[in-house]
Amino acid sequence: MKPGHHAAPIDPARAGSRLSRLGGRSAVIGVPYLWLLLFFLLPFAVVMKIAVSQMGAVHPEDVVTWQDGVLTLALKFGNFATIAGDPLYLQSYLRSIEYAAATTALCLLIGYPFAYFMARAKPSVQPALLMLVMLPFWTSFLLRAYAWKGLLSPNGWVHDLMVSTGLDQVLVALGFVPAPGQLMNTPFSLVLGMTYTYLPFMVLPLYSTLAKMDLRLLEAAQDLGATPWVAFWTVTVPLSKAGIIAGSMLVFIPCIGEYVIPELLGGPETLMIGRVIWDELFANNDWPMASTLSVLMILLIIVPLALFQKYQAEAQEKRR
Amino acid sequence: MKPSRTNVWFGRAWLAAGFVFLFVPIVSLIVYSFNDSPVPNLWRGFSLRWYQELLRDEDLLSGLWLSLKIAFLTACGSVVLGTLAAFTLVKYRRFPGRTMFSGMVSAPLVMPEVVIGLSLLLTMVSVQRAIGVPERGMMTIWLGHLLVGMAYATVVVQARLRDLNPQLEEAAMDLGARPHQVFWLVTLPMVSQSLLSAWLLTFTLSLDDVVLSAFLSGPGATTMPLVILSRARLGLDPRVNAMATAIVIVVAIGVALGSYLIARAERKRAQELAAATRG
Repeated sequence: MKPGHHAAPIDPARAGSRLSRLGGRSAVIGVPYLWLLLFFLLPFAVVMKIAVSQMGAVHPEDVVTWQDGVLTLALKFGNFATIAGDPLYLQSYLRSIEYAAATTALCLLIGYPFAYFMARAKPSVQPALLMLVMLPFWTSFLLRAYAWKGLLSPNGWVHDLMVSTGLDQVLVALGFVPAPGQLMNTPFSLVLGMTYTYLPFMVLPLYSTLAKMDLRLLEAAQDLGATPWVAFWTVTVPLSKAGIIAGSMLVFIPCIGEYVIPELLGGPETLMIGRVIWDELFANNDWPMASTLSVLMILLIIVPLALFQKYQAEAQEKRR
Repeated sequence: MKPSRTNVWFGRAWLAAGFVFLFVPIVSLIVYSFNDSPVPNLWRGFSLRWYQELLRDEDLLSGLWLSLKIAFLTACGSVVLGTLAAFTLVKYRRFPGRTMFSGMVSAPLVMPEVVIGLSLLLTMVSVQRAIGVPERGMMTIWLGHLLVGMAYATVVVQARLRDLNPQLEEAAMDLGARPHQVFWLVTLPMVSQSLLSAWLLTFTLSLDDVVLSAFLSGPGATTMPLVILSRARLGLDPRVNAMATAIVIVVAIGVALGSYLIARAERKRAQELAAATRG
């Protein structure tokens, strides 16, 4: 239905149908467009507005006021100043980046070999393996975080296993848990839970780039004298760059804003920005502060997001 | 190039370990739902007592009912809005504001849920202050889920629409079908599997959602994940395990049935297409 594609000669009998087509077209575009304007763009504007206001007695003060014939625009950047001056907020941003980065690194470490061996498995079993990776998606995020709570709490069998093998001592030495035997509500349990949840997001894009790779390139590398190890690092890894970037962004971006996992598996010292926003709203009832923190959180994810979009566009260009 | 024997075994071991990591928590959750012990983590033998307790658990059951209603409405609404949006993006290459439209469609996929929830909540409160509606509750939760569900449904339907052979639609037009007839009789049947997958996906997403529901719920509108979250904050509750087991079983059946239906429709379509090209 591209314009010009179906350029019928002007035919009076068809003019009516063309008019109705135009009406149908604007309805098809208009309904989702209007919906998004109302429920996506408008709320976003509201948050931006409230972010530059200050909390009044019950509701945030209005940014624009009309009084005695004077229109006043009062932008208050006090929230930004408070955030910049309060180490708690700054720290929670840094912590969010830190834990999201650690989770991304762990997912890559586990997920890359995983996707690699999947892509090199017999072609007949690959669909089944793929299905198995996607299966956890269909079980609730919340319940999977809850499951780890059971496993890592005292008497949980993973907890007991780690204590009896002395693994908890290693974690104490590395500084991931505060004391032996105390695994829950630590940086360790938080990063483990996020790695577990987001591992499939890393594996799937990696698998799709690795499965598409031309294996003759490896043979060529070997014929030219490269050992398998050298061939892996100089041929396979560079060729899977698009998958590495896509997977890392798909893990890193949602981890930054994660709320449920830090709430259930994190502790007092693992304050991430999602939880801070939640508390500002529900505990402190400070809407402007919650809004300002949200705006800053979006700024935090925009850079990795732009990077991701750029590589996606490039990959699509190549496919053509 | 043949990989060496040790490499093959290393690969298999890594895959096996990975799958153990992915599935152990879920299996463990299910096993402990049959635990005959008031202490959630201490195994004391098999029993079904937590399932009996679950049937008496008003909060969880009414939460489940509410969640199912919201999930059903979300899935239906998301498929309708998502299909319209996908159709717009694939078929209409040029219209004013197209870039903004495609940006807004995919933004909820990457926007942190906390931010979406906050912005919707603040907007709805402002609107309520001005005109008195909407009261926070099931309706507002549904609107929030619909925003995210639509984004997912659009991605799923869009992928299928893009693969369609445009000649089939053009043929129908040349044979005199009106645009709306082409849509209902040609385009829609060809994307029906993707509509079903989008429906299933958005249904499970909605059933699972905690953050948006927490921001948008009002008094009396407590969905099942909200009940589970508030109990999980306090500690472990074997009734939650029992609930989880029931959900896993139902979802497994649903996914199996859904994939079977999709595969069958796919086969039938391939046969019809083959017959058409032969004839």
